Amino acid sequence: MYKLTMAAAALALTASTAFAGPVEDRQALMKSLGKALGPLAAIAKGENAYDQGVVEENLNALNTAVQSIDVAALFPEDSMEGETAALPAIWENMDDFTAKADKLKADVAEVVASMPMDQAGVGAALGKIGPNCGGCHEDYRMKKN
Amino acid sequence: MSTTGRLALALVVFGAAGGLLFWFLTGPNRLPQQTIAALPAGGAARGERIFWAGGCTSCHARPKAEGDAVLELAGGLRLETPFGTFVAPNISPHVRDGIGGWSVGDFANAMMRGVSPEGRHYYPAFPFTSYARMEPGDVADLFAFLKTLPEVEGRAPGHELGFPFNIRRGLGLWKMLYLDPAPVVALADDAPEEVARGRYLVEGPGHCGECHSPRDAIGGLRKDEWLAGAVAAEGDGIVPNITSGEGGIGWSAGEIAYYLESGFTPDFDTAGGAMVAVQKNMAKLPAEDREAIAAYLKAVPARPNGYPARQ
Repeated sequence: MYKLTMAAAALALTASTAFAGPVEDRQALMKSLGKALGPLAAIAKGENAYDQGVVEENLNALNTAVQSIDVAALFPEDSMEGETAALPAIWENMDDFTAKADKLKADVAEVVASMPMDQAGVGAALGKIGPNCGGCHEDYRMKKN
Repeated sequence: MSTTGRLALALVVFGAAGGLLFWFLTGPNRLPQQTIAALPAGGAARGERIFWAGGCTSCHARPKAEGDAVLELAGGLRLETPFGTFVAPNISPHVRDGIGGWSVGDFANAMMRGVSPEGRHYYPAFPFTSYARMEPGDVADLFAFLKTLPEVEGRAPGHELGFPFNIRRGLGLWKMLYLDPAPVVALADDAPEEVARGRYLVEGPGHCGECHSPRDAIGGLRKDEWLAGAVAAEGDGIVPNITSGEGGIGWSAGEIAYYLESGFTPDFDTAGGAMVAVQKNMAKLPAEDREAIAAYLKAVPARPNGYPARQ
């Protein structure tokens, strides 16, 4: 029974990996960015007290996720199938799209290189990182439902 | 006279009468003279707040303008809609190409009645249907602020519209149906001041309903689905339902205000599309204005999505 369970689990894992496409991958990535940003914003807003451990943990997680972005793998030509809000403009302006991803990576790396030491610092860090999100979503995303 | 001759004459007479009636009904309907005369001398500092609330620069700056260039209102943005392509005009204070030669009365008629200084109708791509709800004093303040911005030479090209939308005069009839300066959402007499201020900002200068509410076949806003979200006028997407109905935003007032300030949703997604520019403008308002908008959005009737579900 144990072996059967393990085999089923292994199969399920393989199946989910095999069927996860670029659309699911990039949506999972975006969600991971949001997850790291939440606790940082709570500190910037003053809802939670400044906590160096929380700040470093989440900025490091954000940095790891951001630096892992592989535009070619996440946005292969015409990966527009299924539930996606990605716009064809991405592939029409791939140089600009890639440049925007590179700027996000550079900005997050810069923030992580000098960790914010207080609430105002966290606010400033989000002020540097945040416009990258909107800057890309402005031209390259349109929700359909 | 033969029967055919009489019929022809009758047609000419009725045709002429119909034409005269059309001409009479579709003339420009300017603000009353006493409203114009009572317009105060505007204050540019107060006008800047209205400028950001209204988001004038989102359409009237050059497309993709950033930084101080958003204050150069050269026009040129193309809005590609089912009715045709509208091109935003130059509204910089340039005397020949912008609005530098206008009086404050000309500006008030444009904003609140959609009528040009020459008496032509503007198309409602310019959201005078919302601006009609503004306080004349705020319009005068905005005009004073616009006068302080850089003069930009050059006119944007004209609109590209097919029949019958290219007949401007017909907009006179459209305005009879849809131009109404009354508030959309009725508030109780004892509604908090903050909600009333938010209603003014959203329904008036902010013109949120112009994109967030669905339109009927001839482009009139459906007030029975106010802010319920709509199929986007441009492109293949939707503008979200911002009521608290099903499919809408279930955010707290604090979350709405934070979104307008930072661009982050409660689950740390961000604004996208045309809302990115809107949010940047909203971020320049005093916090109390964003809080008022949030209070109003919490008070509007909850509606299910104003756009069809995708298959």
